[in-house]
Amino acid sequence: MMTLKVNGQDHQIDADPDTPLLYVLRDDLKLNAAKFGCGLGQCGACTVIVDGKAVFSCVTPLVLLEGKQVTTLEGLGSVAAPAPIQRAFMEEQAAQCGYCIAGMMMRAQALLQRNSKPTDDEVRAELAPHLCRCGTHMRILRAVHRAARLMDTAELTPERKGSAQ
Amino acid sequence: MRTSGIIGGLIAALVIGGAAFAFAIVWRPALATIDPAARQSFDPEMVKRGRELAALGNCNDCHTLRGAKDFAGGLPVPTPFGTIFSTNITPDPETGIGRWSEEAFRRAMRTGVDREGHHLYPTFPYDHFTNVTDDDDRALYAFLMTREPVVAPARANELPFPLNQRVVVAGWKLLFLRPETYQPDSTKSVEWNRGAYLVEGLAHCGACHTPRNALGAERASASFAGGESDYWSAYAINAQSPAPVPWDAEALYFYLRNGWHPDHGTARGPMAQVVSNLSSVPASDVHAIATYMAGVFGPPAPERNREAVVARAKPDEGKTSQAHPEGAAIYAAACASCHESGRQPPYGGVNLALSTAVNAPDPRNLANIVLAGVRPVEGERSPIMPGFAASMNDTQVAALLNYLRSRFTSQPPWHDLEKTIEEARRTQTAFLQTSAGARSAPADPAQRDKP
Ligand code: FES
Ligand code: FES
Repeated sequence: MMTLKVNGQDHQIDADPDTPLLYVLRDDLKLNAAKFGCGLGQCGACTVIVDGKAVFSCVTPLVLLEGKQVTTLEGLGSVAAPAPIQRAFMEEQAAQCGYCIAGMMMRAQALLQRNSKPTDDEVRAELAPHLCRCGTHMRILRAVHRAARLMDTAELTPERKGSAQ
Repeated sequence: MRTSGIIGGLIAALVIGGAAFAFAIVWRPALATIDPAARQSFDPEMVKRGRELAALGNCNDCHTLRGAKDFAGGLPVPTPFGTIFSTNITPDPETGIGRWSEEAFRRAMRTGVDREGHHLYPTFPYDHFTNVTDDDDRALYAFLMTREPVVAPARANELPFPLNQRVVVAGWKLLFLRPETYQPDSTKSVEWNRGAYLVEGLAHCGACHTPRNALGAERASASFAGGESDYWSAYAINAQSPAPVPWDAEALYFYLRNGWHPDHGTARGPMAQVVSNLSSVPASDVHAIATYMAGVFGPPAPERNREAVVARAKPDEGKTSQAHPEGAAIYAAACASCHESGRQPPYGGVNLALSTAVNAPDPRNLANIVLAGVRPVEGERSPIMPGFAASMNDTQVAALLNYLRSRFTSQPPWHDLEKTIEEARRTQTAFLQTSAGARSAPADPAQRDKP
């Protein structure tokens, strides 16, 4: 039994220490934003934020998460109150099938938290580990820059300014 | 009176002689500038040969900075003495070598002196390039002079006094530069001799794989006994090689040509770029290098065959995981899905019992690769491994490495693991940002269709 902190809440998890975080999120906590793409750390669909850094949850076993803060897309915002990153992706219509998008948003969010005005090259380099089979890359890039601008403007009230630990 | 006069005269003669001697060692004339030669003036065949030679010499590795133009220099090369920046070897007349004559180029290759007569630091491996023939220098010159000129001024080296004085290099050369040392061996085959010429010369394998002395020169008595490069350890590639399955000429050829081998795994770190370059040169040259190096490795020990080595990696019976529960759990979730997938390298992970990194005396390469992963080649199907720097702290990486060491090898545990890991975390961040990395892989197009 271990305590897993997800989106600010403690959960008691009864699973082996080598269980990938992705399985726990989806199967036990019913947080389905993170997707299973490859299970090998090669596609990025499962990306979540752990202590401020984007990680592949499919190759992150529970044993690594003692005392750490996990943030999933559900923790950033909701349909009613989307976080800037979510709003930007919607406004740019960046999702085609959407399978890669939660992972893309999580890594972009982690990037924007440490670098609020990334250059296009920086965004591309950061998102390089992520695959999108639909080919919406250009929209995704625009969405990340839009999110950077949204996070920067005063139109957002502080509580809607999505931030993850 | 007379004796003192003689002594005085002797001293004066010594001082003058010494000064003349020192002057002769240090002073090199500037060679005349030329008007940059027109591209068309170079024979296309020679340019093509020069391209292959430049690939064999791995010139682009040091002279190209990640994200910048080819051969424009600016790459920081860390040395124990300070950081040296590579220079612009494009034909730009002002900031590159556009005004260098072929003679000036050859002098730089042979004796490490630039056109203006300055001594170059031996990070530029002229201790090897001195063996390059006039013909090959001419082809290299033709190739470089027909590249796109790039305006890129040299960056100042970060060296402490007195090393920032280039005269010091003249003394270094006096001690360590043996001009044109390579001599063909008539008792050996043509292929062996070709390999020796390339390995000892242009390919400068010893620059990374031979340990250096306190003054930064290769230790001739320990040829190929293992050195370092860009915070990676360059394994011993002689009889002391830590590879679990011994290398032979066939395996070397395959690895150098394709960037991976089923008994050894995938080239990464600075070696990834070497094999990427070797994929574009004539196969006969890679065969020659493999033949010569197989001789340096010596005859393979028969008891270290693949079956015996793999037998060590049979499923963990629980003893190792009991001793290292955290490492075992990390391995199961983060590593086994690729390394025990049953898929063959390079697209499946190598059986870690075969991995030189896990068997090596120095854990640095394993730490580097666990933290940084293997970056895929852009636009190519190529080996890939995620890095774990963001999801594991140093203690957790250490737990994993200890587990791998005890499960897959019969080597003693590593010491000071966490220090190595902490260092790897720092240095790999820098290395990945500056190194241009591999650009093609694997070489054999037939391999690309294999999953
Ligand atoms: S599912 Fe985790 S990276 Fe593909
Ligand atoms: S939108 Fe379909 S995979 Fe990216």
